[in-house]
Amino acid sequence: MDYLRAFIVGGTICLIGQILMDKTNLTPARILVSFVTAGVILGAIGIYEPIVEYGKAGATVPLPGFGYSLAKGTIKEVEKYGLIGAFTGGIKATSAGIAAAIFFGYLMAIIFNPKAKS
Amino acid sequence: MEHTNEERLKKEFQDMVKKSAPSSNFLKDCLAAFVVGGFICVIGQFVMNFFIGLGIPKEDVGYYVATIMVFLGAFLTGLGVYDNIGKFAGAGSIVPITGFSNSIVAPAMEFKREGFVFGVGAKMFVIAGPVLVYGISSSVIVGIIYYIINLFK
Repeated sequence: MDYLRAFIVGGTICLIGQILMDKTNLTPARILVSFVTAGVILGAIGIYEPIVEYGKAGATVPLPGFGYSLAKGTIKEVEKYGLIGAFTGGIKATSAGIAAAIFFGYLMAIIFNPKAKS
Repeated sequence: MEHTNEERLKKEFQDMVKKSAPSSNFLKDCLAAFVVGGFICVIGQFVMNFFIGLGIPKEDVGYYVATIMVFLGAFLTGLGVYDNIGKFAGAGSIVPITGFSNSIVAPAMEFKREGFVFGVGAKMFVIAGPVLVYGISSSVIVGIIYYIINLFK
């Protein structure tokens, strides 16, 4: 059941991205930026939380889930530590993803070379 | 004569394809994005369930999922597999977090010959940089607004 829900929720979020790419002139980079920012806003106003509860990885693996974690972490830290939490919470909550992206990204770029375009 | 006829037919056929292409391609793109994007999330769900099964606390399991998915995206990009998936899947491979690591590895590999600082080190962030700038900045704004709202509660 988890898997079916993850498939449908994750697939739908990607479908929205595809529609935006085909019907507007948004480039992939702009899609990524807008999806993360949308995740932050939807997370902050509490709309993304039920989507995560229903879709689990289907909602956290797509990039709005990254934005959701940023917002959720920030709010949690503001509650705990006050204003400084606005600066510590977001990156704390997403630290694994960011550090992994930088480390593995660097490592793979060093090890591998671009394949000839077919 | 036969030859030119053939040419004309080919041209007519190509025009026909061009006319009918946008709508059918659009549906095909959407289906591919939905299926591939959904499938990547199913892999994420599998990773999540695996670590929950190992007894990792629920609030920490996201760290594991993010790390593994980012690794897979980066590794498959290095192998040249991810970009082939991307040609077919469009947003289905861009929107998941594996697409975020793809956006780091692809330009970093491409610009390696420009050196390890301004080639790999800088070009890694051509797309990931803006994502982090807008994501983190908006989360800081959310935190400040949340703090101010709480002052008046």
